[in-house]
Amino acid sequence: MVNRIEIGFRKNLRDALGEKVRRRIVENLRLDVEKVDTIDVFTIEGNLRKTELRQAATGPLSDPIIQRHAINRGLADGFDWLIEVGFRPGVTDNVGRTATEAIELLIGRRTPLRVYTSRQYVIRGKIGRDDAERIASDVLANELTERYEIVDGKGWDPGKGMTAYVPRVTGVDDPRIEEIDLNVSDAELMAISSRGTLALSLEEMKAIQAYLNDPAVIESRKAVGLGAKITDMELEVLAQTWSEHCKHKIFNSFITYEEPDGKRLEIDSLFASCIKAATKEIRRRLGADDWCLSVFVDNAGVIKFNDDWNLVFKVETHNSPSALDPYGGALTGIVGCNRDPFGTGKGARLILNTDVFCFADPFYDRPLPKRILHPRRIYEGVREGVEHGGNKSGIPTVNGCIVFDDRFLGKPLVYCGTAGIMPAEILGEPSHTKSIRPGDLVVMTGGRIGKDGIHGATFSSEELHEDSPVSAVQIGDPITQKKMTDFLLMARDRGLYRAITDNGAGGLSSSVGEMAGMSGGAELELSNAPLKYAGLAPWEILLSEAQERMSLAIPPESIDEFMALARKMEVEATVLGTFTDSGKFHVRYGGKTAACLDMKFLHEGVPQMRLTARWVPPRHPEPGFPEPADYGSALRSMLSRLNICSKESVVRQYDHEVQGGSVVKPLVGAANDGPSDAAVIRPVLESFEGVVVANGICPRYGDIDAWHMAACAIDEAVRNAVAVGGSPDRLAGLDNFCWCDPVQSEKTPDGHYKLAQLVRANLALHELTLIYGVPCISGKDSMKNDYQIGDTKISIPPTLLFSVIGRIEDVRRAVTMDAKRAGDLVYVLGETKRELGGSEWYALHGFVGNDVPKVDGERALALYRALAKAIREGLVASCHDCSDGGLGVTLAETAFAGGLGMDVDLAAVPASRIARDDEALFSESQSRFVATVRPEKKAAFEAALAGNTLACVGAVTDDGLFRVRGLRGGVILEEKIEELKEAWQRTLRF
Amino acid sequence: MPRIVKSIVLTGNGTNCEREMAHACRLAGSDEVDIVYIHDILSGEKRLDDYHFLILPGGFLDGDDLGAAQAGANRIIHARVKGSGEPLRDQFRRFIDGGKLILGVCNGFQLMVKLGILPAVDGEYFRQTVTLTFNDSGRFEDRWVWISINEKSPCVFTRGLKKVYLPVRHGEGKFMARSAAILKRLHRQQQVVARYCTQDSDRPAMTYPDNPNGAVDAIAGICNETGRLYGMMPHPDAYTHRTNHPRWTREELPEEGMGLAFFKNAVQFIRSGEFEQKPVRAAEAG
Repeated sequence: MVNRIEIGFRKNLRDALGEKVRRRIVENLRLDVEKVDTIDVFTIEGNLRKTELRQAATGPLSDPIIQRHAINRGLADGFDWLIEVGFRPGVTDNVGRTATEAIELLIGRRTPLRVYTSRQYVIRGKIGRDDAERIASDVLANELTERYEIVDGKGWDPGKGMTAYVPRVTGVDDPRIEEIDLNVSDAELMAISSRGTLALSLEEMKAIQAYLNDPAVIESRKAVGLGAKITDMELEVLAQTWSEHCKHKIFNSFITYEEPDGKRLEIDSLFASCIKAATKEIRRRLGADDWCLSVFVDNAGVIKFNDDWNLVFKVETHNSPSALDPYGGALTGIVGCNRDPFGTGKGARLILNTDVFCFADPFYDRPLPKRILHPRRIYEGVREGVEHGGNKSGIPTVNGCIVFDDRFLGKPLVYCGTAGIMPAEILGEPSHTKSIRPGDLVVMTGGRIGKDGIHGATFSSEELHEDSPVSAVQIGDPITQKKMTDFLLMARDRGLYRAITDNGAGGLSSSVGEMAGMSGGAELELSNAPLKYAGLAPWEILLSEAQERMSLAIPPESIDEFMALARKMEVEATVLGTFTDSGKFHVRYGGKTAACLDMKFLHEGVPQMRLTARWVPPRHPEPGFPEPADYGSALRSMLSRLNICSKESVVRQYDHEVQGGSVVKPLVGAANDGPSDAAVIRPVLESFEGVVVANGICPRYGDIDAWHMAACAIDEAVRNAVAVGGSPDRLAGLDNFCWCDPVQSEKTPDGHYKLAQLVRANLALHELTLIYGVPCISGKDSMKNDYQIGDTKISIPPTLLFSVIGRIEDVRRAVTMDAKRAGDLVYVLGETKRELGGSEWYALHGFVGNDVPKVDGERALALYRALAKAIREGLVASCHDCSDGGLGVTLAETAFAGGLGMDVDLAAVPASRIARDDEALFSESQSRFVATVRPEKKAAFEAALAGNTLACVGAVTDDGLFRVRGLRGGVILEEKIEELKEAWQRTLRF
Repeated sequence: MPRIVKSIVLTGNGTNCEREMAHACRLAGSDEVDIVYIHDILSGEKRLDDYHFLILPGGFLDGDDLGAAQAGANRIIHARVKGSGEPLRDQFRRFIDGGKLILGVCNGFQLMVKLGILPAVDGEYFRQTVTLTFNDSGRFEDRWVWISINEKSPCVFTRGLKKVYLPVRHGEGKFMARSAAILKRLHRQQQVVARYCTQDSDRPAMTYPDNPNGAVDAIAGICNETGRLYGMMPHPDAYTHRTNHPRWTREELPEEGMGLAFFKNAVQFIRSGEFEQKPVRAAEAG
């Protein structure tokens, strides 16, 4: 039996969602639509009595005060068009799941029941069917995960309503194990790889071929009932384990790097020689005071917070899925990143999210290449996905930024970062380590397995192309995950498991495959795995990236208590096998071997890539535009630029205060709307020790030299943290590289150059992190951020996001960026040079230029240390990082965030090679701040900063005017702060 | 000997403000504060009866998938305790009838309203008469607001309070009543406890963003007729120390956050002799 319950608002009540959708239709499609109403539809499969249906409709499914319902008839009436949007079969339907549970509880009897949800958009307006189609496909539905139906109001009979449609997955179990012959030609090997979205190279296919032909391997395979051919599951496991996504083959490759002057470097793994090496050296220098606990070995990095607590931090990306389904992709991104610190050591409680997005211009108005969603839609979808993922998980989103560049049209970047905290010891054992013993049980908890996200790991190891699989997109379910994490933290504190890890890319294949490394092997029986629906092949069960799952190692003596707790907490947990020391990753289905691979081959068998990098410094035209005649209008144009303007509409929609420890919020100042440089929270409410988190990202500089792009990103992250009161001596970093394919090939004729950019960025990272003493504790890379369909290729600009986390001894010493009082002195810290290459000012005029900002690490560190001390001593009233848009933007933001005027003199700014006022105002030289200081603290402040480059350039005023005197004397700019603020706020006031 | 004050912070299924609620409750002087999962109540291991003060924190019960706290309310109404088979709602009923205190904040307030234990006019519990629905803006927002407190209200949580600055963090906070008559009763019986206002004026704020969600009559919080059950959209648990205030780096503020007063009032009330007196219904008193 299938019934339909429709729920809509009572007449004359405001439908806020309908209004929002109407606005989107009008703004995005410029279609004149008068009104949009929404109706929620519940399609219920199962034998419900009439009274039960009515109870459900008036009970959990609707709010009787404001809503009305219709059962098996149409609620809508008097419309021009009706569009109903529902999920495709197998797509995660969170509302449907909750409705199913609610109705089961309501009727109190056991009967098979399944609820599917869809939504109707009831449209009034003089539009035609083509317009309705556009609304459906361009605004309402993502055809990858959703289907829609359009109804013409003319033929509508509400008594009949719409026919119920059930998006049931109609699979039947077919536990077949296919075998593939790899003793074939090279061409056929490559055909096998590309047919299966395996992303394995010929060299890798041949390595597998050789393994299978090894007599010892043949012998041991025979013993478990396997023949000479490889099984589909084995090939899939290898493809996943060896994927760029999981194995970071480019970062671990052997690179020959050449410069035009003949300089040559041979690099055996960028990861080992640049990133890990720097961390190792920093830890060696720290000696007994080393506060790093677990680096590069777990799902996230772990550092000491204090004697009682450890901090865990990780940033992930979820770019490829977000390109196809921005909402689902980003939601999965954030809840997936959450599981990394959660699955680190013995498991951490999550305390903050920090998100950085890179999009194309949301006002993009040129034709879009095939399969690309409009950047505005990506922006809205990603924003909403992260909103639902973060807010519903109860983790504050404390900090972040959005970077715009039209090269993110092909793939947006969605960086999601999460930090956690765990007791230094749990039941007397250190929390940051884990172990597994042979005989421990393999247990999976959380959601069930479906076809979601199969091939996610391999798919994201390729460019976005015509045949990119739609199954690679998942939709996260933050509540199922919240219930699971609540439960697992209880289990952790009772010592019920020995090890935990996340099921992300590659699913069980990856999680159990990696955990098995700790004991020396594992045996799985997949017919025990809980499935969402029938019809999964055994290899699909193993590879599925269905969300909200953790894998655990549980000692046999704890399993009963663990399972009992799971039942009470209503979390599904299943024993799937046993960890062994057999040296084999052995998977069965219904007792029959589906895969048996040597652990050593699985984890170490992938051949090292050998790549060439050639650095040829690009040369861009030098800009030759005249100085602006009107500096007021120039500054307003700068403040309105996408990369500078206020992101308040996004920030407000994220809960940045949940958990109660908010100290420095993302929006600060007199009207709670100034842009914070970094976040400070108190993770332990009984204490005033704080955590500071900040990010640095500046892809534009990479157009000139990725070395400086990386150096500037690191500097920006560190100085943001210092600006709010963080100490540079207690910061840990995360590197997150998003690159376009840097492997030379027919598809990528400039691969040598792109790889040289990667090498240079890593050399810079090595140098700068060593100077700053900021160890990277974990990181991530995503190397295939390209789009290629037909002749159109779009590659992202190489982008390094550098994130830092650190400890603040006493949060009561933190400062914010807003000017505090009229009469306070305005200081510029750091030297302003003629460094406008890659700047926002040049970009405004259509230029890149060549004078990229360069970091002087030693000098910067001395300044940071002195400034941090001055802040700790309470000598600084406000401090603001100087970055995109230079001093002009930083000074103006400081003034209007404080609701105060400012009078500053550019001639007083410490500078070199600056000839023009626009250079002084908009140069993006690094390692600079704007600080305000109370007059009575002038002497102490200057003494604290002695030996560093700084100057007092003016004062905060109470006249509400932002006034700038030029290098040649005389006022060049005088603007009302309200008008500057309006220019800054207008652009993205969505 | 003064009474040992026992508080229970109920969590699970998507609630996420339990820790700061418990922290505020401890700071306010509650002798015992237990964070309890609803699963522990349903398994029979814990009982509401053993506590004086029930706190329903913010969050997203069941994701608010069917509307704010709809599925959460459905659970409390229909679920039964393992073993005894007692309907969970009976424990709630007993708690209310015993004159004990319930504070619901944000999702907790939504839950109380959807359960019909607020405003419970004429002492009629478990019948929904008002609601909290989608903000007029159509979006979730985190922003600080001013609320003015009705000093004539019987609410025990707001005694001595006049005006409070707190954050709202919700997508469904717009207060609406089933009918004009209900709304009138609430005003007449002084059950309207907190209303959105501006920094400069105590008058109800009817425009965004001072009224962040479009709430009818700017209603931010209501109590039952005895004043012992109270729900509000703004988060007192988010302002327990001055460093929580968005402008603490630029304003002179007391060390203690304004939100703590709600919890202190509750604890003080439970310690007082008044707690044991038969609750007086506003309607009877009026």
